[in-house]
Amino acid sequence: MTSAIRTRELSKDYFVGFWRPRPYRALDRITIDVAPGDVFGFLGPNGAGKTTTLKLLMQLVFPTSGEAEILGRPVGDIAVRRRIGYLPENPYFYDHLTAEELLEYYGRLFGMPPADRRRRIPATLDRLGIGAERRMPLRKYSKGMLQRVGIAQAILNDPDVLFLDEPMSGLDPLGRRDVRALMLELRDQGRTIFFSSHILSDAEALCSRVAIVAKGRLAAAGALAELREFAVQGWELVMAGVPPAALERLRPRARRILAIAGDRYVIELPPDGRPEETLRELAAAGATTVSLNPLRETLEDVFVRRVAEMGEGARAPRPEGAAS
Amino acid sequence: MNAARCVATAVFRESVRDRVFYNLVLFAVLLIGASILIGQLTAGQDVKIIKDLGLAATSLFGLFIAIFVGINLVSKEVDRRSVYPLFAKPIRRSEFIVGKYAGLLLTLLANMAVMTAALYVVLFFLARGVPADVQGAWDAPALDPALLKALALIYLHLAIVTAVALFFSSYSSPMLSAVFTLGVYLVGQFNADLKHFDRIVDSPAAIAIARACYYVLPDFARFDVKLAVVHGIAVPGSYVAATAGYAALYIGALLCGAIVIFSRRDFK
Repeated sequence: MTSAIRTRELSKDYFVGFWRPRPYRALDRITIDVAPGDVFGFLGPNGAGKTTTLKLLMQLVFPTSGEAEILGRPVGDIAVRRRIGYLPENPYFYDHLTAEELLEYYGRLFGMPPADRRRRIPATLDRLGIGAERRMPLRKYSKGMLQRVGIAQAILNDPDVLFLDEPMSGLDPLGRRDVRALMLELRDQGRTIFFSSHILSDAEALCSRVAIVAKGRLAAAGALAELREFAVQGWELVMAGVPPAALERLRPRARRILAIAGDRYVIELPPDGRPEETLRELAAAGATTVSLNPLRETLEDVFVRRVAEMGEGARAPRPEGAAS
Repeated sequence: MNAARCVATAVFRESVRDRVFYNLVLFAVLLIGASILIGQLTAGQDVKIIKDLGLAATSLFGLFIAIFVGINLVSKEVDRRSVYPLFAKPIRRSEFIVGKYAGLLLTLLANMAVMTAALYVVLFFLARGVPADVQGAWDAPALDPALLKALALIYLHLAIVTAVALFFSSYSSPMLSAVFTLGVYLVGQFNADLKHFDRIVDSPAAIAIARACYYVLPDFARFDVKLAVVHGIAVPGSYVAATAGYAALYIGALLCGAIVIFSRRDFK
């Protein structure tokens, strides 16, 4: 089966310095395959190379080496662009236009017939919750509203593959919820979604597969559940009104018990600590459950460790023979 | 070329919204004010002066639009990153460049059409009260169709300046583009002198360099027939056609250059 998105040994050098420009490797031999219908999370901290990868896929920058394909065609193919949508990070649009006029402009670029534009533009704006503001110039929009317009223009052509660069950026909790729901809806329709994020919870809620990129290199890739780093490493219970006797009974099984504000305690259990059983036991003793959370390594922890494993934490050196 | 047409239309609309056409009000005030003033101060020369002033103002106002809108055409989109979502759509970078250029040419055309109409209206009113025998002594009639030749060549001149601005705008900042474009404009005014540099210099190397500059830089002097038209000296159609051909070649070369540079550019 043809991959929806495929890169092979994709690398990008930028040149820095004015008098004697030196190459700086922003992306180093990235190879990824995204199957049709996948929601693929491209994760990494700021400056890891996520946006550079997306720019290479959109041919906003050209690779130093390697190749990339979307829907089995080279990324520069105009026919492919009719079937994709792209939300850039912190998008900027023509601020003298209204949201309606912007989508009208892009609709024309897609070659949509007038009847299609009349139908799709209001429907897309409705879907993103852009109401009467659609007739206001974009310069008057808040950051969150612009993000919604950005997503609207990305889905205007009903794309088979959607590229979203930090789609939750600038959104309030309601906006984040709406965008998550939209992404899940698109996934259910069989669309492929490639999105970059540095927030693990977004990936957990949405992704079937992820890749972690750090310092321009691929640190890990696979199904989220299969990635060792994100397996549950313990449980954290917050309980109120725990009798001292019940606490003492619990102590041999707990990794840590910590008294916090009021009569509350944080109880940390190992991964095989059977939290349901502990909850039942404490409830029977008269305690009240405040919260129960799985303990996982944070994305940041994974990066730090992975980068250290990859070698000294330095950005990948340029391969020999690269242009200087 | 649907994509190029979309971009051209957008440029034209943006010019309208950016109040580029406000210059027309200034032009009309200048022309009407000057005609009233000149009518009181001069005897028999007023039509000639108004023609001179009208053509010069048309050229100057068009030049401002060509340079100051032209230098921002591409660089503004790159600086503000509006090209990011745009180039994910089915549009080639070459279509973007051609569309931007065509949009500004359309803006200039609309601008010049209004200025031309205003000039003819003022000339009509100036000539209306003048006796036929006085009009017969003029070098050229007030509503001389030859004015259109001068205006057509001004438009072609501005079309080249626009292409120069777009070329620089495809890879440098608006400030540098403005400096380069103004530089080319000024050198272009005196470029014809470089062709005959051998008359004042003996050095073969200097002559060769001057000759090379003449062929590389635009020769704007050939687009200036204002003096001839105002004084009723005939401007042959073949001259206008040859100059139009020169402009087309020069514009074609500049657009090709801009497309080649812009198509290879990384948007960091």
